Amino acid sequence: MDFGGFGQFMSVQVPEFVADGVRWAAMTNSTIRDLDKAVPRVDGADKVTGKALYVDDLKVDGALYGRTVRSHVPHAKLKRISLDPDFDWSDVVVVTADDITGKNVVLLIEEDQPALVPEGGIIRHVDEPVALVAASDPRRAQAAMEHVRLEVEELPAVFTIEESVAKKVLLRGDDNVYKRFEILRGDDVEQALASADYVIEGTYRTGAQEQMYIEPQGMIAEWTDAGAVRLVGSLQCPYYVHKAMRELLQLDEDKVIVTQAVTGGGFGGKEEYPSMLAAHVALLAKKAKRPVRMVYDRVEDVRATTKRHPAPTRHRIGVNKDGTIVAVDVDVLIDGGAYLTLSPVVLSRGVLHSVGPYNVPHVRVVGRAMATNLPPHGAFRGFGAPQTTFAYERQIEKAAQRVGMSSLEFRRKNMLREGDVTCTGQTLKYSVGSAQVLDAVEQQIGQAPPKGSAAPPQFASVKRGKGLAFYYHGAGFTGSGEDRLKGRASVAVNAGGKFEVRSTSTDIGQGTFTIFAQLASAALDVDIKDVEMIQPSTEKAPDSGPTVASRTTMVVGSVVQKAGAQLKQRLLAFAEESGVQSGDVAELAKRYAEKHGELEETVTYHSPPGVKWDDATYRGDAYPCYGWAACYVEVAVDDDTHEVTVERCIHAVDVGHAIHPVLVKGQIEGGTLQALGWALWESVVYRNGRVANPTMTDCIIPTSIEAPEMETLVVEVPYPHGPHGAKGVGEIPMDGPAAAVANAVADALGQPFDEVPLLPEVICRQVSATAAE
Amino acid sequence: MSEFLSPRTLAEALKLRSAHPDFTVLSGGTDLMVRATERDYPVGTIDVFSLKEMRGVCESDAALSIGASTPYADLLRSDVVLTMLPNLHAAIREIGAVQIQERGTIGGNIGTSSPVGDTLPCLLALDAEVELRSQNNTRRVAYSDFCTGYRKTQLGADELITAIHIPRPAKGTRLFWRKIGTRRAQAISKVMGAASFRIEEGVVSHARIALGAVADRPRRVEAAEQRIQGEKPSERLATEVAAIVRSDVKPIDDVRSTASYRLDVAVNIVRRFVLELV
Amino acid sequence: MKIRMQVNGAARELETEPMRRLLDVLREDCGLTGTKEGCGEGECGACTVLIDGKPVNSCLVPVGQVHEAELLTVEGLSDGELLTDVQRALVEHGGAQCGICTPGIAVTAESLIRREKNLDHARIRELLAGNLCRCTGYQRVVEAVAEAAAKRGGAGDE
Ligand SMILES: Cc1cc2nc3c(=O)[nH]c(=O)nc-3n(C[C@H](O)[C@H](O)[C@H](O)COP(=O)(O)OP(=O)(O)OC[C@H]3O[C@@H](n4cnc5c(N)ncnc54)[C@H](O)[C@@H]3O)c2cc1C
Ligand code: FES
Ligand code: FES
Repeated sequence: MDFGGFGQFMSVQVPEFVADGVRWAAMTNSTIRDLDKAVPRVDGADKVTGKALYVDDLKVDGALYGRTVRSHVPHAKLKRISLDPDFDWSDVVVVTADDITGKNVVLLIEEDQPALVPEGGIIRHVDEPVALVAASDPRRAQAAMEHVRLEVEELPAVFTIEESVAKKVLLRGDDNVYKRFEILRGDDVEQALASADYVIEGTYRTGAQEQMYIEPQGMIAEWTDAGAVRLVGSLQCPYYVHKAMRELLQLDEDKVIVTQAVTGGGFGGKEEYPSMLAAHVALLAKKAKRPVRMVYDRVEDVRATTKRHPAPTRHRIGVNKDGTIVAVDVDVLIDGGAYLTLSPVVLSRGVLHSVGPYNVPHVRVVGRAMATNLPPHGAFRGFGAPQTTFAYERQIEKAAQRVGMSSLEFRRKNMLREGDVTCTGQTLKYSVGSAQVLDAVEQQIGQAPPKGSAAPPQFASVKRGKGLAFYYHGAGFTGSGEDRLKGRASVAVNAGGKFEVRSTSTDIGQGTFTIFAQLASAALDVDIKDVEMIQPSTEKAPDSGPTVASRTTMVVGSVVQKAGAQLKQRLLAFAEESGVQSGDVAELAKRYAEKHGELEETVTYHSPPGVKWDDATYRGDAYPCYGWAACYVEVAVDDDTHEVTVERCIHAVDVGHAIHPVLVKGQIEGGTLQALGWALWESVVYRNGRVANPTMTDCIIPTSIEAPEMETLVVEVPYPHGPHGAKGVGEIPMDGPAAAVANAVADALGQPFDEVPLLPEVICRQVSATAAE
Repeated sequence: MSEFLSPRTLAEALKLRSAHPDFTVLSGGTDLMVRATERDYPVGTIDVFSLKEMRGVCESDAALSIGASTPYADLLRSDVVLTMLPNLHAAIREIGAVQIQERGTIGGNIGTSSPVGDTLPCLLALDAEVELRSQNNTRRVAYSDFCTGYRKTQLGADELITAIHIPRPAKGTRLFWRKIGTRRAQAISKVMGAASFRIEEGVVSHARIALGAVADRPRRVEAAEQRIQGEKPSERLATEVAAIVRSDVKPIDDVRSTASYRLDVAVNIVRRFVLELV
Repeated sequence: MKIRMQVNGAARELETEPMRRLLDVLREDCGLTGTKEGCGEGECGACTVLIDGKPVNSCLVPVGQVHEAELLTVEGLSDGELLTDVQRALVEHGGAQCGICTPGIAVTAESLIRREKNLDHARIRELLAGNLCRCTGYQRVVEAVAEAAAKRGGAGDE
C-alpha cells in the first residue's frame, strides 16, 4: 500500500539534529549515562518540526472517505434500513450488517457489541453504528450519510445508574448487572462498624469524563491481493484490534496487519474504540475494493467514543477516638453504558483501590457495573481508581476532622508501610513509598510557592482553603493478568546491522520509544543512537500486551532490557566463535549482520516470584507493586461567582526509579491537570442519552491559565523487579488531585463537597441551600 | 465555486454590498467559519476584514471611534482604549485567546449580536453607537436599539457596520467589567456584567448597568440604574440594587449553566460593582 | 479563485474554492500536514499558522482571505536541520508528548517571543491559552517557552 510518507515513519531514529550550530547528538553520545537522563525524546524532533505523520497525515492514493450512519435513538428495535431513492447512490459505497461475512461483533471481553446493528436487531444507545457509507469526496460521503433512512420502534430507555439499579427497564439479565465483585477482610463489617467510636458515611459522585485527546480517532484500511487487510490508525493496542478483526472478518493471524500511526494522545480512549473504527473501514474497503479512511470530527468523537465511567460510591468508615481506622464498608457502582466492553476490568480496579493505602482490619467492598442506554463508558487513565479514590480520600479527611487530627497526622497514623497487609491480604514486601511521599509534600509546603499560577479575577473577594489527598495505584495488570497476557518484545540486529527494538507497546506521547531505546542501549552497552524503534505493528513485532495499566515501562520495559542483555551475550559469543577482536557491541552487530543477517532475541514476561492471586475469592497479591502519591492543593473560591482557582499544587509520586526524569515529570503533570480538570471544569452533559455538549467549546478541558504552576516531586523507592527499579507512573497522578481539591474547597467554605466536577453551579446550589437552612 | 469579493475601498465595498444583498459579509471569520465543513459554501462573500477605512481607533474630544474591522489584538495594543475604556479593554483581553484576538473584530461581535458577545454589555454601559453605512446613507444607532432580539439586528441588507462611537466617559466615571465564563480563556460567557458610574460630590450622577448571557440579547437593568442614580454609594444601596437585579433578570438553563446560577451571579456581580464605589 | 501566497518563503499559486479553509488547502494542496486539526472551531489551536506574522487558527480562515499574504507554518520554522530556540526548548523540556498540539504551540510561541518582551510564566500562560494540550499539563511547555524567550534576551522584534 502506498502511504506516501508512510515508509518514513515506520522507523523512528534517535534524532541527530543541529541547534544553534551544536550537534545535539553530541549531548547523547554515551551509553549507560543515557539512563536516568533527559535525553531528547527520540520522536521529539519530528514532533516539533511537523514531520511526524499521524493517521490523517498519511497520503493514500485513491482512498475513499468513510462516514458512519448512527442510530439517533437510545433504545429501539431497528426495523429497516433504506436508502433515499431521490439521492444519487452511483458513486457511494454502502455497508450494512448484511455485508459482514464473519461474526458481527467487536470482540473484547464479551461478544455483545455488534460492529453494525442489523435489521431486526436492537439499538442500545443513541450513537450506535447502523450503516456505513464511503465516497471519494468527504462532502459526498456526508450527504450520503444524511440520506440513509432508519425505521425504528422505540423502546423505553435507562439513562442513570439509579434507574438501572431500580430495574426501570431490564437491559441485561434479570438485574442489569454486568459484573459484581466483593472483597471481604476480617470480621463482620457491620459489627466492626458498630464497635467504632465514630462512623462516617457519605455518597460520592463522580461524573463522566471525556479523554479529549487533541487528535480525534482515525483509521485507514486496505485489502491486499493476498486477501489480507492492512489497518493503520491512531490507537493504543495493535493486538486488540488484531484480535477483534480476526473474529469479525474470520481471517487467519497473518491476514490482519495492524500498525499504529503516530498517535495524538489516548489516555485510555484509544484502547478499545479503535477496534470499532477498524471494523468499519475494513468492511467499507472490502466492499469498495479500495482503501478507505475514516477520521472522526470532534463532534462525532465526543458523542460516540468511550468516556470515564460515572460512579456514585457509598462509603462508610469506622474510626476510634485515638485515630485508628476500625472498618470500612464500600459500595461501588459504575455506569457501564450500553455494552459490557471493559467495564468489568474498570470495576475490578475501582473496587481493589476503594479502601485506599490504609491499614483496615475489617473490610467489605461490593462493586457492580450496571447497564444503561448511554454510549459505553470505557478506559480512561486511572481505570476506576480515581472514582473510588475520590470517595475514600473525602472520607479520610472527614474522619481526621472528626477525631481532631491534622490531615497529615491521621494519614501517617493509618497508612500502609512495608510489611503491612492490604485489604486483599497482600503483604507489602517492597517498594512502599507511603511515608516518603507524605514527607516530600510536607517539606514542599514549607517552601515558598513558585510564581506564575493564575490569580483570581479582578474585583474578586475570595475564601481560601487547603486540601490533601494520599493514595496508591497498582502497577501492571491485576492479579494473574500479566501471566495470562505473557507480554513479549524483541531486540534485534536488523539486516543492516543496526539494533532495533520490536514491540507493540505504543508511544502515545508518554515516551515509550525513548524509554525503550534507553533501556535497550544500556542493556546492550551501545550508544542510544545505534538503537532504532520500529513503529508498532502486528507484522513486525510480537504481542507485548496492551499499552495500558501503567505497565509499559515496568513490564514490557523489563522484557526489552532482558532481550537486550541476551542479545549482547549472543553477540559476544559470536565474537568469540568467529575470533572477532572487538568489545564494541555495535561493531559486533555490523559484523554479525554482514555474515549471518538478522539476529533477534525475544523475551516473554513472567511475574516476579511469590506473587499469588485468587480470582475466585479476590484475595492475594492484587498487583506486583504499587505507586504511592500525595497531592496538596490550595484553592481560592470566589464569593460572588463560586469559581475555584487552583493557586498551588504539589504532587509527590513514588515512581520506583525515574529512567527519564523529564518524561516522568511530564506524566505526573499531565495526569495532574486531567485530574484537576475532572475536579473543577470537565462535565459531559447527557440529554436523553446523548452528549449535549459534544464540542471542544462546550465539553471543556483546562487551558494553560487554569493550570497552576506545578510543584512536582519525584520520589524513588525502587521496585526490585522493574527495570532499574522503575514501576508504573502513567495513571496514579490522575487518582488523587480531585479529592485534594474537594477537600480544599470544603476547607475554604466550611462545608462538605462530595461530588465532582465541582462546577461553580454545584457550589452555588449547595451554598444557597445551606444558607437557606 | 462561490464568489469571493475583496473590495479595496469602503466605497467599493458599499457598492458591492448593495449589488449583492444575498452575499455574506465576512470580517475575521471567527463566528462565520466555526465548523465550516458542516455547511455548504455561501453563494458569495464580501470580505471587509482588511478594509483600511474600517480599521483603527480615532480619538476626539467627545468620543472614541473604533473601525468595525479592527481586530481585538489591535485594540489591546491601543493605549487610548486602555486608559479611556478600561472595562472594554478588560473584556477584550478575555475574549478567546491570542489567535481569536488577532482575527476577531468588534464589528463581527456586533454583527453576530449573540447574547454571549463579550463586548456588547460594555457597549451598552458606555452608550455606544453603531455606525451603519449604505451607498447613499450613513446612520448612527445606539447599540441598545441596534440589537432587536436573539442574534437579530437592524442591519439593512445593503448596509455595513463601519464603526462604533463611544462617548468619552465624563470625569469621575468608574468603569467595571466582570466575565464569568466556562473557564478563564477560550470561554463562552455564562454571565457577564459591565457598568459605568459617574460620581459627583460623592453621589452617583449617572449609572449604566448591563448584563450579558441572561436574556435573548445583552441588556441593561434600567430599574437598577434608576435606583442608584442620585444616591450615595453604601452597602445598603448595593444590597438594594442587587435585589432589583434579582427580580428583573430572567435567565435560562442550557448546557453551559443553569438559570439559578446565572441569576445569583448576576446579582452578586452588580452588588460587587456598587460595593467597589463605597 | 486564483490565490497567490507566500508559504514558508516560497511563492505559491493555486486555483481553488475561496471559502475552503486555509487548513485544508495547506494540508491537502500544499502537502503541509504539520498543521493539525483538533476541532475545526477555533478552540484547540492545533491549526495555528502565522499570517503576516500573526498567529491565527487556520481552520477559521477561508483561503480567499490570504490572497497575497505571507504564511508561516511549522514546516517553515526551522531552517533545514537547524531547530529554533522554541523547538529545541520544547524537546529539551519535554514540552512535546504526543505532539499533536506541538506544531501549533511552536508556531504561536515563535510569534510571542518575537513580539513581546518580559514573558514570565503568568504572561506565557495567558498567551498560550489558545493552544490546548491534553498531555503535558502545560508546565513543561511554559518552561520551554520561557527559556526560549530568555534566550532572545527579551529583545522583541517589534
Ligand atoms: C474559539 C473562539 C472563542 C471565542 N471567544 C469569544 C469570547 O470570548 N467572547 C466573544 O464575545 N466572542 C468570542 N468568540 C466569537 C467571535 O470571535 C467574536 O464574536 C468576534 O467578534 C467575531 O468577529 P469576526 O470579525 O471574526 O466576525 P465574522 O465571523 O467575520 O462575522 C460575524 C458576523 O458579523 C457579520 N459582520 C462582520 N463584520 C460586519 C460588518 N462590518 N458589517 C456587517 N456585518 C458584519 C458577519 O456577516 C457575520 O454575520 C469566539 C469565537 C471562537 C471561534
Ligand atoms: S482545528 Fe483550528 S482551532 Fe482546533
Ligand atoms: S502533547 Fe499531546 S496534546 Fe499536547
